[in-house]
Amino acid sequence: MKNVEFRTAASAQGGLVVMAGVPGVAAGSRVQLRDHAGRLRSGQVIRTADDAVLVEVFEGTDALDLERTWVRFLDEPFKLPLSRDILGRVFNGSGRPADGRPPIITADRRDINGEPLNPAARAYPREFIQTGMSAIDGMNSLTRGQKLPIFSGGGLPHNRVAAQIVRQAKLLGEEAADFVVVFAAFGASHADARFFQESFEESGVLNKVVMFLNLADEPVIERLLTPRAALTAAEYLAFDLDYHVLVVMTDMTAYAEALREVAVLRGDVPARKGYPGYLYSDLAEIYERAGRIKNRRGSITLIPVLSMPSDDITHPIPDLTGYITEGQIVLGRELANQGVYPPVTVLPSLSRLMKDGIGKNFTREDHPHVASQLFASYAKALEVRGLAAIIGAEELSDADRRALAFADAFERRFIGQGEDEDRSIHETLNLAWELLSMLPPETLIRVSEAELAKYHKGKA
Amino acid sequence: MGKILEINGPLVKLELPRTVLGEQVRVGRMGLVGEVIGRDGDTALAQLYEDTAGLRPGEMADGLGWPLSVELGPGLLGGIFDGVQRPLQAMRERSGDRIARGVAVPSLPRDTRWHFVPDPQRRAGAVLAGGDVLGTVQETESIRHRILTPPLLHGELLELAPEGDHTVEDVIGRVRLADGRIEKLYLFHRWPVRTPRPFRQRDHAVAPLITGQRILDTFYPLLKGGKAAIPGPFGAGKTMLQQQIARWCNAEIVIYVGCGERGNELTDVLESLPELKDPYTGRPLMERTLLVANTSNMPVVAREASIYVGITLAEYFRDQGYDVVMVADSTSRWAEALREVSGRLGQMPVEEGYPAYLGSRLAAFYERAGRVETLAGDHGSVTLIGAVSPPGGDFSEPVTSHTKEIIQTFWALSKELADARHYPAVDWLESFSGYVKSAAKWWTEHVDPNWESARADALDLLAASEELQRIVNLVGVEALSGEQRWTLEAAGLIKEGLLQQAATDEVDSYASPEKQFALLAALLEIHRQGLTLVKLGAPARKLIQMPLLAQARRWKSQHGSEDLSALKAKIAAIPQAFEPLLLEYASTATPRTMGGA
Repeated sequence: MKNVEFRTAASAQGGLVVMAGVPGVAAGSRVQLRDHAGRLRSGQVIRTADDAVLVEVFEGTDALDLERTWVRFLDEPFKLPLSRDILGRVFNGSGRPADGRPPIITADRRDINGEPLNPAARAYPREFIQTGMSAIDGMNSLTRGQKLPIFSGGGLPHNRVAAQIVRQAKLLGEEAADFVVVFAAFGASHADARFFQESFEESGVLNKVVMFLNLADEPVIERLLTPRAALTAAEYLAFDLDYHVLVVMTDMTAYAEALREVAVLRGDVPARKGYPGYLYSDLAEIYERAGRIKNRRGSITLIPVLSMPSDDITHPIPDLTGYITEGQIVLGRELANQGVYPPVTVLPSLSRLMKDGIGKNFTREDHPHVASQLFASYAKALEVRGLAAIIGAEELSDADRRALAFADAFERRFIGQGEDEDRSIHETLNLAWELLSMLPPETLIRVSEAELAKYHKGKA
Repeated sequence: MGKILEINGPLVKLELPRTVLGEQVRVGRMGLVGEVIGRDGDTALAQLYEDTAGLRPGEMADGLGWPLSVELGPGLLGGIFDGVQRPLQAMRERSGDRIARGVAVPSLPRDTRWHFVPDPQRRAGAVLAGGDVLGTVQETESIRHRILTPPLLHGELLELAPEGDHTVEDVIGRVRLADGRIEKLYLFHRWPVRTPRPFRQRDHAVAPLITGQRILDTFYPLLKGGKAAIPGPFGAGKTMLQQQIARWCNAEIVIYVGCGERGNELTDVLESLPELKDPYTGRPLMERTLLVANTSNMPVVAREASIYVGITLAEYFRDQGYDVVMVADSTSRWAEALREVSGRLGQMPVEEGYPAYLGSRLAAFYERAGRVETLAGDHGSVTLIGAVSPPGGDFSEPVTSHTKEIIQTFWALSKELADARHYPAVDWLESFSGYVKSAAKWWTEHVDPNWESARADALDLLAASEELQRIVNLVGVEALSGEQRWTLEAAGLIKEGLLQQAATDEVDSYASPEKQFALLAALLEIHRQGLTLVKLGAPARKLIQMPLLAQARRWKSQHGSEDLSALKAKIAAIPQAFEPLLLEYASTATPRTMGGA
């Protein structure tokens, strides 16, 4: 069947083509269209019956002349050619070379949809990754194999934060040799793509990076393939070649919007804000490919970046993402406006896997309690700040004034740090104690009395 | 034998005459399994439990002749199954780390030999009725598996195997039915998951389910056989709370259904439960636990089925006379699976795309919980705890609001509390329990007769402090009277010293009912002592500075449930801490008191 061209396109509309009279086409099969100008477009079968086959065309259906369109059913799903040579390469959104270099020559081609990992085969992520950023390491620690998104908004420095994580991420006491990056951009601007490329270049990791780029002016439907192609490459690097892979994907909002566009064309029943009811399952198919597998050395750690429309964390995209990922790093406009970098709003931020990757044997024995105390003290101090805004700082008690001073110092010195500042976890924890020492020891009930005696610098 | 006509996502249109709604079908060369959900003349519509990519129109399809059923017998405990009861560990041995399609592995191991001890009452020639216990198999150290007669079987027992080792496929007995047919008995039987298992009658739920979590047991109790929901936005600690319940609750069997949730969470349960000890039997928790997993990246139709597989397994252990807890995480994903399929069927959506039958399906599912008198005359219960994941944390969305009408105990999780790292983030104002009266009887008999009034006092304090906090936020704490400031402080003490409970802290993770009540009574005693002083004219500022308050906040993590003597000594010493102040102010106040008398 794959060598036969059919010229039976019966209708076309907004990226979808209906083919008549092609019996026995496999669901999900890849399709190649040749238009009247001889240009090739690719597509995928999304519904199939003997009398009609519905094809989704990734490059769109613009300027398609039904009578002069030839269609071939390739009889296989979308596959990505894989070999060690993908390192250092740049591909387009559907996995074809985009750096002017030759295609990957290999017999190993894999279905980009992957297969679900058996939950019984997973290994639980427990190894602490040091990012060198206090707000993350100290309070929202990342572990190897975790999926931890960055929730951001337009104009916030999420790209700089992501790039800094890529530059600085390391496991305590281990060589960085088997560490590689898969970077996927969909709907990103050329400027953003260049920023990442230059940042990889500067830090000298370019030959350890695989890039998949579907930029803002490239076909929208192709974005449905990009994260899947990137993760297929990541799975190969992690579980065939034993690399520890850090996957950065930006921007998931552009992906979800592409999905909605296609869903509307297909006539799927919308759930919230026009997004299809299967947005959750679809996002999960992507995010859940991160992780570790028993008896395999490699791992996939996933950092998706998404911009929250109107900074709304309850919007379906961040909302559903938060239900699937193992926490979230939330960037805030308020901190950013005050010049704090990275503007991590720590209270809504969370790392679910932190509890199992820190403390004795991992970071330092006081880490869990210190993190918990920082959260509690900062939350309380913010309440005081709210109060001070109403009744004026003069009316505050002495204890409240100390809390205010703590909140300010915490934001400027603990959360805030330089873009090239790479703090060790010990530096982060010592800094935390220095700040906690601004508060009376009897108010610090999340840390143990022994820890207070050892680390608190105030008069006990 | 029929064939495929059309493939649309997980839905497949088949030419398959004489099929029955709900019947299992096997389609295509890969042998994918699904169930019939619609019929129109000779065509049938089926939903498949596996991904349909690669399936072609024209490939064969066949009805299997039975509805989606589970295998019930020894070999279930400690296992992890997918949404249609395929054993995931055995699947891994068969098809590797990833779940290949079309793999058929029997749910129960076929080669394990179980030591069967027949029930002495079962003699040849006696009448055997559905649900009767044929004998027992010691499946794990802590659980004796009762081998049940299939519920609908009734006849004369012709023979039953003597004590000995058998696989689940060995015939262990024969029964002559009323129509003369001979039916074979095995260590296991099958049951269709969408049909509730029969019992004699419903019983009153009497005992609370003790979870070791203070905010739940002390404030919003759930009964064995009850229905509860845990709604909460992401990051509010839903999963953590459910895992705590699965770990520490005093049920005999725990069934944990991961429905559309994270793979790593199940891994966490799988890796941590074998190491944790049951506080009641001292045995590894895994021995009483069974997992059903359809993670969010597994096929959506099997997600819809997983909830029914879980509840049927729960009913089966209930029928053996056990108290079973089923935790379903999350019922929202189940509802979304329902929505996805209904959307593909082109059914008219009502609220947020959900089909009109969402409410009735939810209600029918929760009704399978309860304490019952089993067919064999025993008592067993299924307690159902469903997590709800409301989009954006909005409790007015369809799944949360329907669920709220059905359940009796509502453990509402709050984003604000979680953001302030107040865990478990159960909101004491939004939550409710319809079981307080029944639970009070148990607490009175087993712990302390003052439980109900102490609980009410603490809740009053919390509610009052909420009001006061609003005032403080407007005009500052100086505007409050001494008594009000002390109320605020005491409520803070209850929040930090009682309601907050650290799941990761070895001592604090589980609190026995005795410890829960001791702490509650102690903190209320501190409030009472202070209140007396404030009324005598002592400034609240002085009371708030007492070292006792900081100390009392630490008691929960300093004293384990197994030995409360040290805690009780500290509690007994509470009046002493107030004595200096009492001496100071009581003396100055005495004349006034005297004058008033």
